Amino acid sequence: MTETETTGEHGEHAEVPFRILPKLTDRNRDFWTAGARGELRFWRCQDCGFYIHPPQPICPRCHSKNMKTEAVTGLATVASFTVNYQPWMPGPELPYIVAIVEIVEQPSVRLTTNLVNVAPDEVDIGMAVIVTFEHHPDPDGDVYLPVFEPNTGAQ
Amino acid sequence: MIKDANTIIERRACISGIGQSEIGRRLFRDPLELTLDGCLAAIDHAGLTTADIDGLSTYPGPGGMPAGFSGAGAYEVIDALRLNCGWYGSGLETSGQLGSLVNACLAVASGLANHVLCFRSVWEGSAQGDKGRSAVMPGGAAGGGFKASGFMEWNIVYSAPSAAVWIALFAQRHFKQYGITREQMAWIALNARKNAALNPKAIYREPLSFDDYMNARMISTPFCLYDCDVPCDGATAVIVSRIDRAKDLRNPPLRVEAVGTRIDGRPSWDQFDDLTQMPNRAAGRQLWERTDLKPSDVQTAQLYDGFSWLTMSWLEALQLCELGGSGDFIDGGANIALDGKLPLNTHGGQLSGGRLHGYGFLHEAATQMWGLAGDRQIASAPEVGIVAAGGGNTCGCLLLVRE
Repeated sequence: MTETETTGEHGEHAEVPFRILPKLTDRNRDFWTAGARGELRFWRCQDCGFYIHPPQPICPRCHSKNMKTEAVTGLATVASFTVNYQPWMPGPELPYIVAIVEIVEQPSVRLTTNLVNVAPDEVDIGMAVIVTFEHHPDPDGDVYLPVFEPNTGAQ
Repeated sequence: MIKDANTIIERRACISGIGQSEIGRRLFRDPLELTLDGCLAAIDHAGLTTADIDGLSTYPGPGGMPAGFSGAGAYEVIDALRLNCGWYGSGLETSGQLGSLVNACLAVASGLANHVLCFRSVWEGSAQGDKGRSAVMPGGAAGGGFKASGFMEWNIVYSAPSAAVWIALFAQRHFKQYGITREQMAWIALNARKNAALNPKAIYREPLSFDDYMNARMISTPFCLYDCDVPCDGATAVIVSRIDRAKDLRNPPLRVEAVGTRIDGRPSWDQFDDLTQMPNRAAGRQLWERTDLKPSDVQTAQLYDGFSWLTMSWLEALQLCELGGSGDFIDGGANIALDGKLPLNTHGGQLSGGRLHGYGFLHEAATQMWGLAGDRQIASAPEVGIVAAGGGNTCGCLLLVRE
């Protein structure tokens, strides 16, 4: 897992695109800010071990409220992706890749995210990816968007 | 289970009349006026007067939505037409746009009302203004300090603010799993455009060729421009009557044979367990569990095409073709043509007819079943028609039988 996103695979300084940022709450803050420490964190039930995303106040499996956020490895698999050409709003340079990834710890935990440092024609479903973070300074608290790039170290 | 009106109570309901306002890309007309035009047309078509209407149902109701998404709420129409209602309701969180129709069926079946006015009204064309679509940007051009929360938190932050992107993710996985191609999906859009040429109220009627489709600019792979429906203005209304009150009305009742409203799995656009299907899989299964009719009995299908892949998804969910077989089924367009074995989206769908948002399909099924479709009429007016609307976590379907 890399600690910053602003360094691409060839070491160049990548442009951080405009993003609408999430409104931070006690429930989502770890997810959106733990990238400062290079961590991808999810809520996890401390009684049954189930990861919960998006955050909910109880464990959907055992209904326990005994939950904490825990770091995962950041390893994930591309469940699907789309190459977006439409300028919906200011954002990454077109075209950009929107993907759904499944984390290896529990594939039912999915994230809609972006794939970075990869060309659209190099992406495929099933591809192994790893988290990296896009840092957005903000007066309400810096946000580190978890985005994903090819995990070149994977088999 | 004995499948009669004692157990499948939607069978106590029928469609007795339909109506539509003027429809256009950008009409710049008062949305409530358009809504009332559609409603009064439906009441008149059923052979009823406003005094006979004692129920009202609409999707999505007023308030808090993207501009143009709702032309009128229940109370506005009840007041404007001075209706007295034994039952009424509106809402967004239901089995898609047709959830409002299912609710009306249950209301007449339970005796709360005899004739329920149901409508869906949109003015998304005019809401874009006269300069065309503006960027999807809550809070103004620079974001205005807007912060995403709720549903949007998990997609707009990743520059994925549109259902085009969310549904493209399903389509891509479905294509990969079953070897389906854009060349096959093209036939949803081409079939729609061909039918729209015969529908004087359709938005886009000029010919669209296979090459036009393949060369169109991409929106979000695998969707190109012609895979996305066109915002418009217009209101569609339908009268749902208790079947024993409809026998002597103007039109042969279109009995509601069965509905599908079920949702299994997470009601989510990206957390749903199977990215090759949508929650419509459960609604489709439920519909067939409630009737002795079979998919092979269906003589026309009017299936939501907010994005063309959604129609393919509904074809599979309703078992009108095999799971994963929608690409082969539509390929070349013969099966789904007006003279094919399953005439599909015979008014041009939302892709070419305009995004009337679900109710357009209902209106077209009834139009065909009553033999009122003019130049686009299916040669032998269908006795059994199926209608489905919605995508993602919002989906519902119904099977109609002409008495």
